[in-house]
Amino acid sequence: MFACIHALDLAADLSLPEFAYGFSPVVEEAGGRTVVIDVEGCELLFGSAYQLVTDVSRRAREPRANGGLESPVNVAIAANPDVAIHAATRLKGITFVAAGEELTCLGEFPIDALEFSLVNIEKKLADELFETLRLWGIRTFHDFASLPVSGVSERLGQEGVRLQQLAAGKTERHLKVKQPDPVFAQAVELDHPLYELEPLSFIFARLLNQLCATLNAYALATNELTVHLQLEDKTSHDRTLSLPHPMRDHKVFLKLLLLEIEKQPPQAAVKAVAITCDPVKPRVIQNGLFVPLAPAPDKLELTLARLAKLVGDENLGSPVLLDTHRPDAFSVKRFVVDTGSAQRKRRRSTGRRQSAIANRKSLGFRMFRPPLRAVVQVERGLPARISAWDKQRSLYGKVVNVAGPWRTTGDWWRDDRWARDEWDVAVETGKPGSERQAIYRIYRELNNGAWFVEGNYD
Amino acid sequence: MILKQRLNEIDLAGRFGDAFKIQQKPVVETLSTGVSEVDALTGGLPRGAISEIFGPASSGRTSMMFSMLAYATTHDEVCAVVDVNDTFAPTAAAAAGINFDRLLWIRCGGSLENAFKAADLLLHAGGFGLVILDMADVAGNEARRIISSWWYRFRRTVENKPTSILVMSEDACTRSCAALTLELNGTPEWSQASIEQSNVVPMCKPVKRAAVTQGNLLRFNSIKVSRQRPLSPWRNENEFRAYRAS
Repeated sequence: MFACIHALDLAADLSLPEFAYGFSPVVEEAGGRTVVIDVEGCELLFGSAYQLVTDVSRRAREPRANGGLESPVNVAIAANPDVAIHAATRLKGITFVAAGEELTCLGEFPIDALEFSLVNIEKKLADELFETLRLWGIRTFHDFASLPVSGVSERLGQEGVRLQQLAAGKTERHLKVKQPDPVFAQAVELDHPLYELEPLSFIFARLLNQLCATLNAYALATNELTVHLQLEDKTSHDRTLSLPHPMRDHKVFLKLLLLEIEKQPPQAAVKAVAITCDPVKPRVIQNGLFVPLAPAPDKLELTLARLAKLVGDENLGSPVLLDTHRPDAFSVKRFVVDTGSAQRKRRRSTGRRQSAIANRKSLGFRMFRPPLRAVVQVERGLPARISAWDKQRSLYGKVVNVAGPWRTTGDWWRDDRWARDEWDVAVETGKPGSERQAIYRIYRELNNGAWFVEGNYD
Repeated sequence: MILKQRLNEIDLAGRFGDAFKIQQKPVVETLSTGVSEVDALTGGLPRGAISEIFGPASSGRTSMMFSMLAYATTHDEVCAVVDVNDTFAPTAAAAAGINFDRLLWIRCGGSLENAFKAADLLLHAGGFGLVILDMADVAGNEARRIISSWWYRFRRTVENKPTSILVMSEDACTRSCAALTLELNGTPEWSQASIEQSNVVPMCKPVKRAAVTQGNLLRFNSIKVSRQRPLSPWRNENEFRAYRAS
C-alpha cells in the first residue's frame, strides 16, 4: 500500500519529505508539494492504515516546533502509487482507494488531470494526445479506460497505451526513493582523554573502518583525509593526508595516519576525534602486458611515509633541476609513479630518448655536500698540491694534471650570488710515484679566495 | 653393476621423491647495464639478486651507475637510489639521460644504518626494478664491518622478485651474498688538450668541459668479474655423484 501526502499550503522553509520520513523511510518526491510513502510494514508503529493517515493528517496541522507543517494536507491510500497521487491531488481530506476499485474513485476525473509525467510522456506529446481524446469525445478517466487497448495502441501508439493504464490505475512501478545524501565523516567524543598513541589507534581504526565502508558502499574512494583532534587544553590539532591516487583501504589509511601523527604529535591529550574525507571516483587503470610492474600505489605510499619518518620529507623524492646556471641547483619533488596518459605520452618519446642515451658519453660525478674546504698550493698560477679533509673524507696529494680555470658567475644582484674559478685536477692518490689518480673538481671563491673541492669524477 | 646402481637410484627417487632430483635452475633474468661491453661480459645485472660494483675513486663506478639508471628509467623500470653520503649529482645524472620521473632518491645524510633501513623498506615494498645502495664514499674498513646478516636479509628479500640490488662501494663488502661482482680498476686517462686550454679563461657563463676526461671513464678502466656459485654442500657435481654412489 502507498500513501500520498499532498500539502495544500506549504511554507517555503518547511520540507515535506522530511515530514514524510517521520512515517516511512521509503519516500518518493512527486512534486514540490506531493510525496508518496510506502506504508507496507508500518502497522506495528502506527496501527491500521486508517490510523496512519489520521495520524499524518493530524500531525501536519501541528506547529513546526512539534514537527508539523502548520497546514492541512490531503492524504490518499491506494495499492498503486499513481492512483494515490491522483486521489490526493484531486480529493480533499483522507481518501481510501481499495485495490480493483480505482475507477470507482477516479473515474469521474477530467482527462486533463492525468499526470502524464508519471509514465514518462513529454508535455507536447501529452497535449496532442489529450486533444485527440477530446475530439473523440473522451472526457473522463472512465471513458478513456473503457476504450479497447488494441484500438488505442493502433491510433495513439505505446504512449497512448501507457496513458490509458495510468487512467485505469493499472500501472506498475517502484517508488523512486530519495536517498539521503551520504556523509563521509566519522566522529567520536571520548569519555576520558587519551594521552598515548596506541589507544588512539584503536579509535582511528574504528572510524576509518566505518568511513571506508561508506566509501565502498557508494563505489567511491578518497585522495584526501582530514583528521581533527580536539585536545584537552581546548585547542585542536588538524592533520591532512593528501594521497596521489584515490584509495579506500582502511588498513593503509590507519598506518599512514599513525605515521603522520607520530611525525607531529598533538601537544595535549585527545578528547574527541573526527575524520572526514573528500569522496572521488576510484582510479581505474589498465597496465600494459609488456610494461614492467611498478610498486602498488598503496604500498608505495606507505613505504614513502615510513621513509619520510626515517630520513625526513626533504630528503626523499624525485630530483628536479632548477632553471639556473647555479652549481648544484636542484629541488626535490614528491615521488609519484605516473600511469595512464602520462605513461603513454612518455612511451612515445622513449624511443627517441633511448637512442639519444645510446650515443651519449655519460661522465659520472659525485658531489660533495657541503663542499670540502681545501688548502691548495699554487705554482705559476696552477694548483700544484692539495689537501682537504672533513669528518667523512680526506684528500691529500700532488696535482699531476690540471685543466681550467673556468670562471662562472651569476645572480650578482642577489645576496647569494656566486663567482668562482673552477679547475679539474688529477690528484695522485696512491703512494708517490704510483699511477693511481683520481680526478676532482675544485674551485676558488673569487670574493674571498677560499678553495673548495666540489666533488670528484667517477 | 651399473644396472644395479641405476635401480638403486630409481628406488631412492621413488621413496624420497624430489629430494634426490637435481633441480633445473630457472633462467636468470637480467637487467641491462646500458654499457654494451659490460653486458657482453656479464649478461647484465641479475634480477632477484645482489650485484656489487667496487673500486677506488675515479674508477667509473658512478658512470656505470648513471648508465644503468638511464637504461632502466627509460625502459619503464621504477628505480631507487639510496644515497648514503648525499653525493648524487642531479645535473650530471640528467646529462646522462636519467628519467627523474621514475627515480626515487633517498638521502641518508651519512647514516649507514638509515641507508640499510631505507633499502630494506624499498625491497619489502616491491615493484622496483633497480635499487641502488650507494656506499661509494663510505670508508672501506667501515663498509667491511657491516654484518653479513644484512646482506643475507637483502638476498632473501629479493629472491624470486624482479628487483635487482646494486651495491656500490670502495671495497668488496657483500661477501658471498652478491651474485655478480664487478671490480673496477685502472687510472682515468687525461686529455693533454685540456692542459693546453688551461690558459683560456672564459668569462661569466659556464662552459662545457667534455674534453677534460675524454668522455666515459669506463672506457679506460679495467673490469674484473666474479660470480658466486650457488650455495651447496658439495663443491662440484662429481663430488655429489660420489656421495650418492657411496
